[in-house]
Amino acid sequence: MNSRPQEANEAAGQAILARVREALRLPAPPPHIRSQTPTAGPAAHPGLAILPAEASRPWLPDGGDSPAESLGIFTENLATLRAECVRVADMNAAAAWLAGQARQRGWQRVAFHDDPLIASVVEVLPCDRYRVDSPGESCDKTMLEACDAGVSGCECLIAQTGSILVSSNQGGRGLSILPHVHVVLARVDQIVPMLSDALAVVRQQHQGRLPSMLSFITGPSRTGDIERILVLGAHGPKELLVILVG
Amino acid sequence: MSSPATTAAAEHPRPGVAKKQFLHDAAEHVRDTGHRDFVRRALGGYYLSRDTQKARFRDWEQARDAASLAKWSAVNRLDELLPEFVANFESGGGRVHWARDAAEARAIILGLLAEADAKAVIKSKCMTSEEIHLNAALEEAGYGVVESDLGEFIQQLRGEPPYHFVFPCMHVRRDEISDLFGKHLGTEPTDSPEELTMIARRHLRRLYVEADVGITGANFLVAETGQISITENEGNARLTVALPRIHIAIAGIEKLVARLDDLAVLLPMLAAAGSGQPMTCYNTLYGGPRQAGECDGPEAMHLVLLDNGRTALLADAEQRDALQCIRCGACLNVCPIFKNVGGFTYGTTYQGPIGSVITPHLRGLAEWNHLSGASSLCGACTDACPVRIDIHHHLLHNRRNAARTAPSRLERLGQRAFAFVARRPWLFAAGGWLFRKTLPLAKTLRPPPLSAWLATRDLPAAPRQSFRSAWRRRSR
Repeated sequence: MNSRPQEANEAAGQAILARVREALRLPAPPPHIRSQTPTAGPAAHPGLAILPAEASRPWLPDGGDSPAESLGIFTENLATLRAECVRVADMNAAAAWLAGQARQRGWQRVAFHDDPLIASVVEVLPCDRYRVDSPGESCDKTMLEACDAGVSGCECLIAQTGSILVSSNQGGRGLSILPHVHVVLARVDQIVPMLSDALAVVRQQHQGRLPSMLSFITGPSRTGDIERILVLGAHGPKELLVILVG
Repeated sequence: MSSPATTAAAEHPRPGVAKKQFLHDAAEHVRDTGHRDFVRRALGGYYLSRDTQKARFRDWEQARDAASLAKWSAVNRLDELLPEFVANFESGGGRVHWARDAAEARAIILGLLAEADAKAVIKSKCMTSEEIHLNAALEEAGYGVVESDLGEFIQQLRGEPPYHFVFPCMHVRRDEISDLFGKHLGTEPTDSPEELTMIARRHLRRLYVEADVGITGANFLVAETGQISITENEGNARLTVALPRIHIAIAGIEKLVARLDDLAVLLPMLAAAGSGQPMTCYNTLYGGPRQAGECDGPEAMHLVLLDNGRTALLADAEQRDALQCIRCGACLNVCPIFKNVGGFTYGTTYQGPIGSVITPHLRGLAEWNHLSGASSLCGACTDACPVRIDIHHHLLHNRRNAARTAPSRLERLGQRAFAFVARRPWLFAAGGWLFRKTLPLAKTLRPPPLSAWLATRDLPAAPRQSFRSAWRRRSR
């Protein structure tokens, strides 16, 4: 058996779209909402607003109104999520802290991606290093799996949820998920208040073409599948360390 | 406890078969108090963390409105958003495959596996794949298939479908899991959930690296950017989409949202309502396969867009909002019926109140209308729904529709007889007298259908006089 010819696929698509158009000829009753929002809405229901993200902002969990407030909320959320967070003054201090971790935990090899800041930190680690994105080469997944930790940057950090937004630009898809420990190196000014702000940041940064993967990471990997009891490190990293510089 | 068959034949049983099965399984389950206590205990932690997360919202009800509107507008604009999504998704290098029904979806996926010359398939949790009975088809075609979500992995080893579409093995005790792993993986017994999780982690790690194809579902399809969004806690979906050389995602056409920003509302709502978290651990957007300049990721990405009855539900304007469902599972967790009859009793891919609403549309009202009765109409499901689906009213709508399309002759006869009696006070009084006199007899004779009720309850003593004579005496 082989993959279906393109014509058959198009025919199926047309058939489904025809059913959708036919179904939607009957307008739906208005949505069961409680709030009154009298602005422009869809043609079928003028007077009904489709709420933009900006409008829902004041109702969602708080992300802070000032950088200091956002920093406070972010670190508090990380603690609840059982991620470790350390704030250091500069890159030298970051490198020293991570080297201490590497020694203490007996790391043999650490994976990282090409980034001037990260390079300066992993250079001084007392263990082997593996760069996942050497030019012209694919990441060796067996090699990456054997690494004790993966060190990556991020697109931004979100105070509201304690999330870290990484993309395939920070060492591809494997670096932040395959090694047992994920270390995130970020500047304090990369913290944004809300999820919508994070989406705005990546759109701004990658105008035209978004990276093929954007992942909001909220704490170390976890599961509650056995008797709904929380266990960390289901398939992804057991530990998430965030180094905030500045 | 019996579990429903996972074959395609179970989807369209003969009329009455699914109902009989439901009643049988429900009765059996209700008697199993140990099991019910276990499920309730497992849900206890959920209520606590869900309330904690809801309290973090500055206005949960307004946020529900925003989430509801985002999905409402997307569902009612599917005709525009589907083509927009497909164009944007394909410009990112992915390929869309349209599937009108389950058989077509299975054929597409088998075709893609053959084309890729695949051997081993790793899956992350995907309810649409349960819906189309994909695993059985893949195994029959000779592919090795492994579920990587811990709960689904346990259910696969047990040979059972998921018990709950968010918590697949919430009904299984840790000692049963320990025995299961001992039998299939040869591991030592343990009663630590952590140790059991690590056994699965070690076992599956190698399989991610070896698999050629990764199959996932999708929680949202973003029309504006052509991305699919996958929500998970364990990291297994991340690995499934990072390591194999082909990625196949399966999603219902109702998963669309118009804009990327809609996720800023929907992702925290899904996490709070679904599992009581501020955000699910990994919420990942994929816009295509590995791009030039990226160091890993699959060489090809396919998306199977599934109708399988969804357009029939779309055509029912009154119940169209059921397509807003983001599959958080909150309505199951609060449902008194679900907690008493358990997940398997439903015999459906989607259990609980929302499953009872949509299954008659997806698989036929004639065979699945009995699910509309699997509700106390307390409305706990509607209150819990983060996108404001009017779940318990839709169950009533389905009952009405069933009565319209296929009225039961016996029921109609009964209604007519009652109307005849109720219109004649002397006959009503005589009937009452007869009922009071014969009630003690019913206790000993136990005629059906009263016997089913009496099996778990005591019959109260018959009153000495009728309500009407008591009323007369009081007002004298």
